[in-house]
Amino acid sequence: MKKSSKHLAFGASMLALSILPATAYDSVTDARLASPEPQNWLQFRGNYAGWGYSPLARINAKNVSKLSVAWVYSTGQLEGHQSPPIVNNGLMFVTSPGNQVIALDAKTGAELWRYQHQVPEELMQLHPTNRGVALYGDKVYFGTTDAKLIALDAATGKEAWQVPVADWKSGYYITLAPLAAEGKILVGSSGGELGVRGFVAAFDASTGKEAWRTFTIPAPGEPGGDSWPADSYQRGGGSTWVSGSYDPKTRTTYWGTGNAAPWMPDTRPGDNLYANSVIALDIETGKLKGFHQYHQADAWDWDEVSTPMLIDYQREGKTISGLVHAGRDGYLWLLERKPESIGYVASWPFVRQDVFTSVDPKSGRPTYDPSKTPGTGKTVHFCPSLWGGKDWVPEAYNPQTKLLYVPANNNLCSELTGEKVSYKAGKLYIGVALSNILTNVRMDDKALDHVGEVQAWDLSTGKQVWTHKYKEMNWGPLLTTGGDLVFGGGTNDRKFHAFNAKTGDMLWDFPTNSGVTGVPSTFEIDGEQYVAVQSGWGVDAQRMQGAFDAVLPHKTVVPQGGAIWVFKLPKQG
Amino acid sequence: MRTPGGRSSGECLTRRTALHCLALSMATGMFGEGGPAFATGVDSARPREGDRLVAEDSEGKPKALQLLDIKIGDKPFGAFPFNPADGIKREGSRLNRIILVRFDSSELTPDQLARSADGVFAFSGVCPHRGCDVTEWNDKDRMILCYCHLSQFDPRNQGAVFAGPAPRPLPILPLKSEQSEIVIAGEFSSEPGGAKAID
Repeated sequence: MKKSSKHLAFGASMLALSILPATAYDSVTDARLASPEPQNWLQFRGNYAGWGYSPLARINAKNVSKLSVAWVYSTGQLEGHQSPPIVNNGLMFVTSPGNQVIALDAKTGAELWRYQHQVPEELMQLHPTNRGVALYGDKVYFGTTDAKLIALDAATGKEAWQVPVADWKSGYYITLAPLAAEGKILVGSSGGELGVRGFVAAFDASTGKEAWRTFTIPAPGEPGGDSWPADSYQRGGGSTWVSGSYDPKTRTTYWGTGNAAPWMPDTRPGDNLYANSVIALDIETGKLKGFHQYHQADAWDWDEVSTPMLIDYQREGKTISGLVHAGRDGYLWLLERKPESIGYVASWPFVRQDVFTSVDPKSGRPTYDPSKTPGTGKTVHFCPSLWGGKDWVPEAYNPQTKLLYVPANNNLCSELTGEKVSYKAGKLYIGVALSNILTNVRMDDKALDHVGEVQAWDLSTGKQVWTHKYKEMNWGPLLTTGGDLVFGGGTNDRKFHAFNAKTGDMLWDFPTNSGVTGVPSTFEIDGEQYVAVQSGWGVDAQRMQGAFDAVLPHKTVVPQGGAIWVFKLPKQG
Repeated sequence: MRTPGGRSSGECLTRRTALHCLALSMATGMFGEGGPAFATGVDSARPREGDRLVAEDSEGKPKALQLLDIKIGDKPFGAFPFNPADGIKREGSRLNRIILVRFDSSELTPDQLARSADGVFAFSGVCPHRGCDVTEWNDKDRMILCYCHLSQFDPRNQGAVFAGPAPRPLPILPLKSEQSEIVIAGEFSSEPGGAKAID
């Protein structure tokens, strides 16, 4: 009875249904996810290593200037559209704000089905966005802003099951794309600003039964538990709101974690493990195999959630089985994946950073300038801003150019004043006045010169190979391809851009309907390559725009409303 | 397991079924099943004429807000309605959160003044965009501001959208005063709460 009444209130809404032959869908296996076919984009970053790379090369540096619109689809939703068009042999799956999944014919743009999940009326949606589906077997999986994990039949959009992952009333919500591996669907949770206790949880792909759950914030008595005072771990943040990566050889999944909660470190004396870290978990059991905390006792809202990148790089003549991350803390981190731990290799700032006075060459532990470290009742100016050198927005790695591409915000600083805060379930738990957060940005002459950057780094030498500058912000996730290209949007002029991956020359740009904060993807059907991205400005890009508007002499209005854009080359002849 | 907003709480969301909802709560309260109940001094029915207001973070026996508690130019004051007859706070639904802002009554038109209690206006404290708590104030334009996605609402124009993504005005709640106590004079102009997911 309970189940049916829940279904009445929250059940699926099938808005359109077109029947595909049951045999038409190509089941997604572990083997396919581990070595994806070039023509497909089967998961959030295209591969388990988190690269945002496709070997497809029909669209390349020579012909990209001719790139044209193949089709467009309006999602019918406002707010931040961040999810990649995920493609499996001609079928495209896209999520949008509004807890919506859309399936389309990737070649023609014809809608096959559309699913919307009804959320509770009382839900507060701080980040009404979604970063995509996971494909596994014959199902499509996505998380919702009321913290549910839902499995749909890929061919029909019919709901197979849904499970509550955590309690939305206590501030848990899901915006990430689930990660599928070894018969499991892995998710984490957002809600650091609401005082959640972060976790990674795995669910059986066929039944939805929970297999394991590992908290990112240890309890007293557990390893790392002594890095928190008393019971503060229960609301210690460390949320996990961007998908992890997976190393099938070692059966280890790597996840980035958010900042410790609340924001001011004097409220939680200690290192606050495993917030602001990367953690390595055993895929079968969820057991913590290793971690590296990028920076302890966070004071700046510097979540380190973006997908840890598995990249083997050269360092002093050795090949290192690496883990790479362009941090919100403004440092580029080069780590090493070891069987039972994560090692520190090197780091350096990729944007203006005035907080770290040094980084220990052995452990990678930073030392802070106390005058740049906010606290309760203390006002502090620091760089980079609270959105960091790079927020959630994914980097990309190209194994042909051997360059790492970083969508950065440089030169930007913040001013924050910590204030007392008390915990109440489901309410904000920050410790900085909202009026302060809304106007936190500080811009000097350097920032007025430019903020947004697309950077290319040679990891073996530590050299910045090229940099493209945007006048204002960059919130554009990156894609790189075998055609020597880098694609990304992110600017407040609504444009989607293509760069020469070797030189950084901008080869093409296109004004879309809104600002592009979506993850781009690429795929091939019938010998033609396509590049796809969602346009739809909102959430943190709009928040940063509001903060810019508060300090700049001009205001910029970026129109909202989401659309999926798909581009290809014109037919020859 | 308590599912978020299962059918019974869904039925509590409209004013029309509020009495039924209250009765249901009493019944479940008696059987110890949890949920909003008289026993806990909380209910979910929408605010109604004659209700008084209490500061949102206050505990214990509610103390009715006075006109003097709301200062001109301050950021929105968060409150919940309560029934003065039995002191029961209507905070079982977060959609009953109310915000109060004040203007100098000498600068208000007769129409504006009539919606206020001596220059104090009441609105839903939940943004009609995505359901965030509305807490902030744009002092320059004297607009109510939602920090969440930067929607702004005009308190002197019945909560009309001034800027941002909100699809409709912030519901207004008419006020009057009795012996300098703030008293609710009617119902919300429209149902409070964020946009429905399925639209």
